[in-house]
Amino acid sequence: MANRLTQAVSGVQEWFNDRAPSFGPFYAKHMTQYYAPKNFNIWYIFGVLSMVVLINQIVTGIFLTMFFKPSAAEAFASVEYIMRDVEWGWLIRYMHSTGASAFFVVVYIHMFRGVMYGSYKKPRELVWLLGMLIYLVLMAEAFMGYVLPWGQMSFWGAKVIISLFGAIPYVGSALTEWIMGDYLPSDATLNRFFALHVIALPLVLLLLVVLHIFALHEVGSNNPDGVEIKKGPKGNRWSDKAPADGIPFHPYFTVKDTFYTGCFLLICAFIIFFQPTFGGLFLEHDNFIEANRLVTPEHIKPTWYYTPFYAMLRVVPNKLAGVLTMFSAILVLFFLPWLDRGKVKSWRYRGTGFRIALFVLGICFVWLGKIGSGPGTDPVETIIGRFLTAAYFGFFIFLWVYTAFGFEKTKAVPERVNDHD
Amino acid sequence: MANDGVDKGRRRFLTATTAVVGGAGIAMAAVPFIKSWQPSARAKTAGAPVEADISKLEVGQMVTYEWRGQPIWIIHRTQAQLDALPSQDSRLKDPTSSVEDQQPKFAQNEYRSRKPELLVLVGLCTHLGCSPKFHGELEPEPFDPNWKGGFFCPCHKSRFDMAGRVYDGVPAPTNLVVPPYYFVDDTHIMIGAAEGAA
Repeated sequence: MANRLTQAVSGVQEWFNDRAPSFGPFYAKHMTQYYAPKNFNIWYIFGVLSMVVLINQIVTGIFLTMFFKPSAAEAFASVEYIMRDVEWGWLIRYMHSTGASAFFVVVYIHMFRGVMYGSYKKPRELVWLLGMLIYLVLMAEAFMGYVLPWGQMSFWGAKVIISLFGAIPYVGSALTEWIMGDYLPSDATLNRFFALHVIALPLVLLLLVVLHIFALHEVGSNNPDGVEIKKGPKGNRWSDKAPADGIPFHPYFTVKDTFYTGCFLLICAFIIFFQPTFGGLFLEHDNFIEANRLVTPEHIKPTWYYTPFYAMLRVVPNKLAGVLTMFSAILVLFFLPWLDRGKVKSWRYRGTGFRIALFVLGICFVWLGKIGSGPGTDPVETIIGRFLTAAYFGFFIFLWVYTAFGFEKTKAVPERVNDHD
Repeated sequence: MANDGVDKGRRRFLTATTAVVGGAGIAMAAVPFIKSWQPSARAKTAGAPVEADISKLEVGQMVTYEWRGQPIWIIHRTQAQLDALPSQDSRLKDPTSSVEDQQPKFAQNEYRSRKPELLVLVGLCTHLGCSPKFHGELEPEPFDPNWKGGFFCPCHKSRFDMAGRVYDGVPAPTNLVVPPYYFVDDTHIMIGAAEGAA
């Protein structure tokens, strides 16, 4: 009996391999024969976690579109219908809204990890660039998603964000009308944002994620020591050509990642069940009121993941200069691999100046985020915000000067990853 | 082999022209998709300029029209109201209308209007979008003992003078908005277009 079964299984395998001979090696290349450094620590789970969240967003998003009505007249009521009348609708929606914030939490940590360990440096510049593109698309995706429930913050957030394009000289006002399809955010705007949010941008996002992973698997993963395991000794338990300090991604890291995914989902579940609005950070209180173009909310603020950039926009007195500052703050990240001329990757072996600067950058980002989510009426806070904005850009200038002119005093980088046996 | 006797110049020319024609085709095919995002005929009709008849508007009176979902006020100011305008400059946030987005170029003057006596404004407070009330008399009001006529917002007590200029110390950040408009003739104003047939 068992013999028959084995025969049947191997028969199917054979049939399949005859017709698609490259599928097996493809799977092996990315899973069982992808040798990742054995010294990965907890900072290395966030790439996988962002994929977990992406899948959550796609699945819950598909179910939300089954009940949501993308029109200005019906959108708000249809979201309340999901929350109150659709069986388990509240859970699906809160999984989606919490997932959006969780996405940015894991992506920001993932990016910070990249800077800590120099993962953007040669030969991984392309991995970094593709990752930055993912981040950009993700911001557009989240913004359009936030407009869909057609609450007060959806409407006024859309109005403020779209009006940023109005600051562009000459074409500004024509451009904002083109984006909105009307003279104010309206049914036409909501309808097209729906199309972009559920079809166009997710497709782009998926493509970029695949490219990001392929680009990574070409050059191999970095690690907390910033040592190139491909340049180290060869030969491990599975292959004599593989790096000695690498272990197969599957099953070793898939098991590790599954464990941490469980921990992560536990935290997410707690938020979904007990703090779905997260004190107005994940879902702002004003968004539980239907959009009204004649009543402006007390203060308009975007969701937390944009507030560092929104703060930069507000502390700069001139609107166009503010918009340029805000977009430059994101753009400058694209150039990080070329601004940083240091050869040492991991901060474990980099100069003290780099560690302090990175710490300051982190503080600037969080503090600006706090300022950006406030009312923005305190003049002292505006001054602080200007200092923080200057310090944010200062990091990149400092990093270039520090590394290009040899001010950095690095420590000796080990030959192999620590604890390699 | 197969490449023997190939005219490379001819091949390059054909490749280049095919690419250019194909590129032009893609660019032209993109036009309908990009244009589909423009305000539709329905949105344009709903947002078209509105013609206001002011032949029956007496001195000191106000009339309200609607344009793109906003109340538009037309006020025929009295000479006394106009004369009082300069006296308020020191109490205003932006007496010279320096914030450019708040009015078209033609209204960036001391009266904030094309004709001194006729004031056209978007009737929404620049604070939170409530509609202020018109208090035209030059007499002490409970909210301002030195009142020289203007607009008072009941929601959060913002005050504006008879040119829609915002007073200091109120929540509204900027002057009331002057919409684009032009005079069709002496008794008709087209609201929503700065000039010509729209």
